[in-house]
Amino acid sequence: MAIEVRVPTILRSYTGGSKVVEGSGDTLTALIDDLDAKHSGLKGRLITPEGGLHRFVNIYVNDEDVRFLGALDAKLNDGDSITILPAVAGGALGFAAAAALLGPRPTAPATTPDSTEG
Amino acid sequence: MSTAISGPVKSHGNVKRVLTIDQTIVDAIVAHARRDHPDEACGVVAGPIGADLPTRLIPMDNAARSMTFYEFDSLEQLRVWREMDDNDEEPVVIYHSHTATEAYPSRTDVSFAGEPNAHYLLVSTREDDSEEIRSFRIVDGVVTEEEINIVDATVEV
Repeated sequence: MAIEVRVPTILRSYTGGSKVVEGSGDTLTALIDDLDAKHSGLKGRLITPEGGLHRFVNIYVNDEDVRFLGALDAKLNDGDSITILPAVAGGALGFAAAAALLGPRPTAPATTPDSTEG
Repeated sequence: MSTAISGPVKSHGNVKRVLTIDQTIVDAIVAHARRDHPDEACGVVAGPIGADLPTRLIPMDNAARSMTFYEFDSLEQLRVWREMDDNDEEPVVIYHSHTATEAYPSRTDVSFAGEPNAHYLLVSTREDDSEEIRSFRIVDGVVTEEEINIVDATVEV
């Protein structure tokens, strides 16, 4: 069995234009390594040189953000569906200042902002 | 003799540098930006894949709730992106407001810009009585401003 991975437009240059690719691995790290073996360069767009999850992408296992599932250590099972989306963010503040202010993204939900409405 | 010109003809290379958008959608985006001022407001306008026409406004929460930063809530984004997928839509416009500075992409905006097919619409609400509205393509870190063609009652989709 394989794990289905949905790839956003901006990363399809690595997958020969494919919107959905398949990979395997029992953790997100293993899956990304497997994907990178088939689609060279993809890993560098998902993981920072320091080995953390890139802030510019969101990765989901089924319906959950992997940042709430242990990030790169998230456990995967056959039949899971992975979705990669570009994080949508920005604003008037300079990037360095924003990074300093926000710090690294939490790997666990510290305080979940209320999302009473969508 | 007049030459018939249908629609905007300005193009450079193969990039069509114009955003065509309905007045009612622009008005709703400005209203959203005013409502959330002084925090930045953000959202998406979806449209049929390939049509390059924004038709469905989706205001998003600014999870950062900040005057100088915006960020989609990741789970809300997943839900909305799936909904677009199910409807054969794509994010045609990604908008946000700057509340104290001009409507031009900041370095942060450029760093994060991850939808190469989208029009990045910026609204500045720094003036009380007028809004600055500008649109850009942001591809591989390169910002290209484009014209905005505001139309009344485009096609009913």
